[in-house]
Amino acid sequence: MAETPFIIQEQQFQRIKNVLARLCVECVARVVFLVDRDGQPIAFHGHIGDMDTTSFSSLAAGNVAATSSMAKLIGEDTFPSVYHEGERESIFISVIGRSLLVVVFDERSTLGLVKLRTKRASHEVASILDEATRDSAQMRMSHTSIFSEITDDDIDSLFS
Amino acid sequence: MTFINYASREINCKIVYYGPGLCGKTTNLQYIYDSTAPQAKGKLISLATETDRTLFFDFMPLELGTVRGFKTRFHLYTVPGQVYYDASRKLILKGVDGVVFVADSQEERMDANIESLYNLEENLQTQGYDLMNLPYVLQLNKRDLPNVIPTDEISAELLRKNEPIFEAVASNGTGVFDTLKAVAKQVLTELRKG
Repeated sequence: MAETPFIIQEQQFQRIKNVLARLCVECVARVVFLVDRDGQPIAFHGHIGDMDTTSFSSLAAGNVAATSSMAKLIGEDTFPSVYHEGERESIFISVIGRSLLVVVFDERSTLGLVKLRTKRASHEVASILDEATRDSAQMRMSHTSIFSEITDDDIDSLFS
Repeated sequence: MTFINYASREINCKIVYYGPGLCGKTTNLQYIYDSTAPQAKGKLISLATETDRTLFFDFMPLELGTVRGFKTRFHLYTVPGQVYYDASRKLILKGVDGVVFVADSQEERMDANIESLYNLEENLQTQGYDLMNLPYVLQLNKRDLPNVIPTDEISAELLRKNEPIFEAVASNGTGVFDTLKAVAKQVLTELRKG
């Protein structure tokens, strides 16, 4: 069977958004994302313009998955962070357990600042995600999910 | 792993199209992409070689509609089929909610199908999954070609459990949406079970 669904409650989502908003200001970042390691976008804050955030999240996760495997091939357990330097925009990705904190920034900021501020935010995000993981497992045990009420008709209607 | 966001009221699921090289995985995605209304889909991302062989993965997000007030979004991935891209295939299976195995119905590709299916079972195991317990659909693709193996013969070789089987010609869309519906339905049914 597939794994337990990962469920984010509204107040947890809001707390994550608050951390991302603060990090975005502290890093002078263009945008900050929280992405699941499987490529699902969880939340973001900042200026995305016409960026396709779903594709961006999927590619960020693929990127980290590939570099983590490369790390293992050279005897490292993992690369806790990944950095891509562009001419104008750069990307810093910090791995937090099952999730990735992705900061997109330009020449108004520096890698040192982004690294420093991301470290603190990572701890806060990790704690919220741990809480969400525990709650998700508990929800499954107690069968309190509203999805237990999904009917065959609900599912069929998606494809009508 | 299904991701449910109560704040934005979204359900996100991951479906992976697996199969041997040149069996039509990307063609399935391309057809879904071309036939879907712009508001229901994101970009089709293809990480391919210069000769259009999938190098890492193809990806497209697809929004199906609303269940119990939650938007359901399926993230569709393909894996690279060539044997030497096994490391990439393992990575893409992480967090999978449902799998479509696209078999190439041509006689000369039967060994490749068997090898790829074995590889799928093995790679799922390394990620902690069991094909027997995962939403799963078998698609017999390229049924329009002259040298195809009869359906009952190919099924006898590739059937793993009571999975739904669909005959398909992905290049013209035959069976493509039936396959997608069948696997999506199983994924949502799993969600209902909790």
